[in-house]
Amino acid sequence: MSHFSPTAAVNYFFNYFLMKGVLVTIGLTVAAVIGGLILGMGIALMRMSSNPVLSGFSRFYIWFFRGTPLLIQLVVIYSGLPQLGIKFSVITCALVGLILNEAAYLAEIVRSGFMAVSAGQREAAWALSLSPWVTFRRVTLPQAFRLMIPPLGNSINSLLKATSLASVISVEELMRRSDMLMQEHFQILEVYAAATAYYLILTSVWDAVQRRLEKHFGRSSAAKSRRVAARAPVAQTSAEARA
Amino acid sequence: MSEMPMNTASGVAGAMAQPQLREVPAVRMEAVYKHYGDFTALNEVDLKVAKGEKIVVCGPSGSGKSTLIRCINHIEKHDEGLIYVNGIELDHQRKNIDAVRRDTGMVFQSFNLFPHMTVLENCTLAPMTANGMSEAEAKDLAMHFLTKVRIPDQAEKFPGQLSGGQQQRVAIARALCMRPKIMLFDEPTSALDPEMVKEVLETMRKLAEEGMTMLCVTHEMGFAREVADRIVFMNEGKVVEQAAPEEFFKNPKSERARTFLDQIIH
Repeated sequence: MSHFSPTAAVNYFFNYFLMKGVLVTIGLTVAAVIGGLILGMGIALMRMSSNPVLSGFSRFYIWFFRGTPLLIQLVVIYSGLPQLGIKFSVITCALVGLILNEAAYLAEIVRSGFMAVSAGQREAAWALSLSPWVTFRRVTLPQAFRLMIPPLGNSINSLLKATSLASVISVEELMRRSDMLMQEHFQILEVYAAATAYYLILTSVWDAVQRRLEKHFGRSSAAKSRRVAARAPVAQTSAEARA
Repeated sequence: MSEMPMNTASGVAGAMAQPQLREVPAVRMEAVYKHYGDFTALNEVDLKVAKGEKIVVCGPSGSGKSTLIRCINHIEKHDEGLIYVNGIELDHQRKNIDAVRRDTGMVFQSFNLFPHMTVLENCTLAPMTANGMSEAEAKDLAMHFLTKVRIPDQAEKFPGQLSGGQQQRVAIARALCMRPKIMLFDEPTSALDPEMVKEVLETMRKLAEEGMTMLCVTHEMGFAREVADRIVFMNEGKVVEQAAPEEFFKNPKSERARTFLDQIIH
């Protein structure tokens, strides 16, 4: 084969077998994000706790999972753990690995978000007799979340592509199915062109979602810059404005 | 109401204080200490504030003024000594801390409004979640106090859309929505542009006229002169001097207070 066949590439793009792989990639990503966020939130809360055992454990967790390649983690879970009698299905293995790994990154993002909310916000909540739960749920979390969105978006983008590593432990996601098609027909460039297009589409869609989220959760501060400019004259004519 | 603007420190035990004498003081501090590492922020502080009394706390920066009033609602934890607020001992027990915080409202130098909520939501959050008020009730209450601080028309805006003076007035309204018996002000006008100081002080003056017990850390000596029953002057973590404003400004007893006044009144 001495040339690139665009028709073949387009055919691969609409290949039903490959499309199902895309769905698996999406599923892995979504599940890993949700699981990673929940676990990561827990790890972050432990890290911020004054209890040395909890924060120590959390520190160790983050150090361990950020300090080793996801590929090794996946292989150990899939092929290593059975040696100890611990066996999961392929998909479960992939999810466990992705979630454990993602949680370590998200925990640091969550923690930085909370640390960026000023102490004054908590003090105001205390002074108003808000319960710890209400303070967390209504005061610190929404503000922290807004700050978390950009790094969160970045991390999810990485995760989306990192799911391709699950192909190594035979999860039939986009990468694995591309490999399978490639080995069947040896149209290497054509198959991977289709796969590349899918990854680009997925990351672009996520980019758009992230921009939406930023806009939604940033509405109060965005309102500040946009509306203040627009309404300044109104504010000044109102009898109230400047006493 | 037996308002006595000429109330002096010794006058607390005098004629005007008669009806208050048997009452539990709003705040009583006995030999309170607060340390930050090697630094002693409060050094054996004794202070008694009667109900309805307006206290202005002043002194050079780092003298412990803010720490003093932040200990009263346990935002800062004192290390030694006794603090009673409306007779409730602040002994670091959760239920007592909660009880004291319900009796006190606080206004911060940096407003500390919740930036992601509208002005109205800022005001209704605590009444709804901590007092179990219905949304409609809480809104009525919030609008009542927003009207009182003269910004009912900004209720639907976000804090970031308001001027500093407006934000601080919202913060006052927000605190009042919990119907506190004591208001603590921690340099409420220090972060404001000069032209906005007046509107905030005006709001505080109105509150004082209504008989609210107030402790106020401020450098606004004009306000202190007019509104305070008593000036508490602090230096290096100690209460150096307490006196009625006219006495304090005319002839401060301590050398430190004299130099302080020279520096700020120009």
